[in-house]
Amino acid sequence: MFNESTAVNLENRRLTSHAQLNELRDHILASRDPDRLEVVVCHGTGCFANGSPKVVEALKSALDEKGVDAKVMPGIKATGCHGFCSRGPLVIVKPHGYFYQKVAPKDAEEIVEQTLIEGKPVERLLYKDPKTGDPILTEEEIPFYNLQERVVLHNIGKIDPTDITDTIAAGGYQALAKAISTMTPEQVVAEIEKSKLRGRGGAGFPTGRKWRSALAAIEKKGRPVYVVVNGDEGDPGAFMDRTIMEGDPHAVLEGLILGAYALGAEHGYLYVRSEYPLAIRHLEIAMAQARELGLLGENILDSGFSFDARINRGAGAFVCGESTALFTSIEGKPGNPRPKYVRSVEEGLWGRPTVLNNVETWANVPLIIDKGADWYTGVGVSHSTGTKVFSLVGKVNNVGLVEVPMGIPLDKIIEEIGGGVPGGQPFKAVQTGGPSGGCIPYSLKDTPVDFDSLTEVGSMMGSGGMIVMDDRDCVVDVGRYFLRFLEEESCGKCIPCRLGLIRMRGILDDFSAGKGTQQDIEDLMSLSQAIQDGALCALGTSAPNPVLTTLRYFKDEYIAHIEAHKCPAGVCKDLITYTIDPDKCTGCRSCARQCPQGCIRGEKKKPHVIDTEQCIRCGICMETCKFDAVYVE
Amino acid sequence: MTTQEASIDEILERYPGSPEYLIFLLQDVQKSYGYISPDSMQLICDRTGVPESQVYSVATFYQSFRLEPQGEHDIKVCLGTACHLKGGQRIMDELKRRLQVEPGETTPDMKFTYTSVNCVGACALAPVVVIDDEYYPSTTVKKLEKQIKALSQD
Repeated sequence: MFNESTAVNLENRRLTSHAQLNELRDHILASRDPDRLEVVVCHGTGCFANGSPKVVEALKSALDEKGVDAKVMPGIKATGCHGFCSRGPLVIVKPHGYFYQKVAPKDAEEIVEQTLIEGKPVERLLYKDPKTGDPILTEEEIPFYNLQERVVLHNIGKIDPTDITDTIAAGGYQALAKAISTMTPEQVVAEIEKSKLRGRGGAGFPTGRKWRSALAAIEKKGRPVYVVVNGDEGDPGAFMDRTIMEGDPHAVLEGLILGAYALGAEHGYLYVRSEYPLAIRHLEIAMAQARELGLLGENILDSGFSFDARINRGAGAFVCGESTALFTSIEGKPGNPRPKYVRSVEEGLWGRPTVLNNVETWANVPLIIDKGADWYTGVGVSHSTGTKVFSLVGKVNNVGLVEVPMGIPLDKIIEEIGGGVPGGQPFKAVQTGGPSGGCIPYSLKDTPVDFDSLTEVGSMMGSGGMIVMDDRDCVVDVGRYFLRFLEEESCGKCIPCRLGLIRMRGILDDFSAGKGTQQDIEDLMSLSQAIQDGALCALGTSAPNPVLTTLRYFKDEYIAHIEAHKCPAGVCKDLITYTIDPDKCTGCRSCARQCPQGCIRGEKKKPHVIDTEQCIRCGICMETCKFDAVYVE
Repeated sequence: MTTQEASIDEILERYPGSPEYLIFLLQDVQKSYGYISPDSMQLICDRTGVPESQVYSVATFYQSFRLEPQGEHDIKVCLGTACHLKGGQRIMDELKRRLQVEPGETTPDMKFTYTSVNCVGACALAPVVVIDDEYYPSTTVKKLEKQIKALSQD
C-alpha cells in the first residue's frame, strides 16, 4: 500500500517509556489537520478484486488534470476491509464522511469535481436505503453498519495498516505500555481471567484459564514458554482473521506481546495461511516498524522485558489449524496431530509449555487491558462476553464482515444486518462453524448467537463463518461438500477419520444419485457415532456435525432423495432435469450456441427443446438465458 | 508463473541449516522455480540434514507443494462454501472438459495447470477464480472461457 500521511519521521525514535509513546502520539496528532480532505479507498480483498487500485489511479490522474490547489490536495489512503464487501469498491471522503459504493474508475472525475472541489456528495454513488430508496450520506447511518458493534474491528477501514503512526494515533500500543509500566504479569493474567474472554477459534475455551494452566506448567517445567498466533484460518467461507491481520496487524501483535509479558515468553510464532499473502506482508511490515520503535525485540520500552516473534507460512493443510498439528508444522514436519493425553499448554511447541490463541482472540487482549475487564464483561452475555466477528456469506443481500455482541439473535444478523435473502423469501438454513459446525434451520432463527446456544442446537460457533442458504441449496449436497472437504484434508493418521469419512461420503453420493435407502440413514448415524468417539483430533470428532444436523432438521429432504428420487432444491445432478418453458423462450438460440453437448434444438425465433438424454446438466443454458426460460426440477 | 528470482544457492543460504527451516526452504524454492525438482530436493536435504524420505513426506503432505513443472498459467478455482453454493464445482467440471486434464495436472502444451482451493476468503465475489494471482469475481463459465482463450493466444 502507499502512504501519504506520515509527516512524522520515525528514524531513531526508539521509545523508552509510556510517556514517550504518548509524546509521539501527541506529536502525530498535532501534525495532522482533522479538517484535511482525505479519500479513503478500501483495499480489502473484495474491493481490491473489484478494482480499487484502478479507482486510486483514476482519482490521482483526475486530481492532476483538474490542477487541484495544493492546499486542498487530499491525501489518498488505502485501508483494510470495511466489511461491506458486496458493495465494493468503497470510497469514503473525509472529513464529510460521504460513503460511496460500487465506485468505478470512470466516477473519479465526478468525485474530484463535486466532492473534493465543491464539497457536495455525488448522489448516484451513495448507498440507498433498501426500504425507502432514500440515499444515505455516511457509513454510520447505513443499517448494515449501525446495527453492528465494532470493537475488534474498530480500527479497520480507518487506519493505513502499513503505517504504525496511524495505529499509534488511534491508541495502539497503549495497552502494552500500560501493562509494562503499571501491571505485573500476574495482574495481566488475572485481568484476562476476569474478562471471561473465550477463544475465538471455535471451541470457546476460556483464554484466562488457558494462560493460568500455562503458568502452572511453567512452574513444573520451567521456561522457555512459547506464545503462538493461530492464523491458519481454514474454514471455508470464513475470512475474519484474514481481515484483522490485513487491516489491523498491530492489534494482533500487541495482543501477542501482552501474552508474552504475562507468561514470561521470549519467543513467539505467527502461523499464517499461505493463501493470505497480504496478511503475511502486513504483519511483516508491522513487526519491523514495532521493532524500530522498541515495542518489539530487546528490552521493550526499556523495561527489561524482551520478546520477539517470527512468521511461519502455512503450506496448505487444513489440519494445521489444530493445535498439535500446527506445532509439528512449525517444527518443520508434516502436520499430524497427536493424542492430547497431555494438553498442549503443558507440552506444545518443541515439547515446551505453549499458549496458542486464535487471531481474533489475541486482538481482543489489548482492548481488555486498555479498557478493563469490567468494561469487557459489559458487552455480550454473561457466559459469552465481548463481541464476535462473522463473515456473512452465501445467499444474503449484504455479504460481508460483521461484528456483533454475543447473544444477538441469529435472525437479527441475517435479516437486519444482512438484509435477508435476495428475493425476499425466508432463509432455509444457516451453516455456522465451518466443516465442524452444522446447519441451523429457519425455525430456530431466534437462537442467540453465543458459544453455548449454538452448541445446544447441534452446531457450533466455530471461527465465525456464517453461510446463508436458501431453497435452491440442497442439504445432502452441503453434507457431501463438507465430507469431501474433510476427506481430502484428513491427515490420515487415525482410521475413524481416514476411512469413516470416505464411507459416509459414499453413502451421501448414493443419496444424491437416488440410490439411498432407509438403512443408509441408520448407517450414517452409527458411523457418525464411531467417528465422534474414535477420531484422534477435533477435525475428525466434529466432522459428522454437518450431516447430523441436516438429518436432525431436514430429514424430509433426505427421504425425498430416497423415495421420490427427487432433489427438492434442484441441485443433485442425477435427480434433476433442465427444461425450457416454451412460453418464455424467444428462440434467440443463445443457449443452443453455448450448450457443450449441442443438445438444444429448435428453429430460430421458436421455442427450443433440451434433449434430456444427452444433457449433462452443466447448467450453462440456465446461466445464459436472459429470459428465465430454463428451469430445473 | 515461474519467476526465477533467486538461484538455488542463494535460497539455501537464507536460513540456518536446521530441520525447522525445511518448510521455509521448500516454499522459497517453489516460489522461484514453480516446483521442487529432485535436484533441489536433494540440496535441501543436504542443507537441513533431513533425510530425503522425510523431505518427500513433508513435500507431499502439504497441498501447496508441486513436484512436477507447472503450466505457464495457474488457474485456481475456489471451492469454499460460498463458492460451492454459487456454482464453483460447475466451473471445475467445465475446466476439466475444456482442458482435457485432471485437476492438478498440466495441459500437454504446458500452458495451463488448474486446481481447486479451499476458500481464498473472498466470499463476496463468489464464485471466484484466481488466475496467476489475479482474482476474477462472480465467474461464469462464459467469462472463464473468454479468459482462457485470451491466455491461450499469448
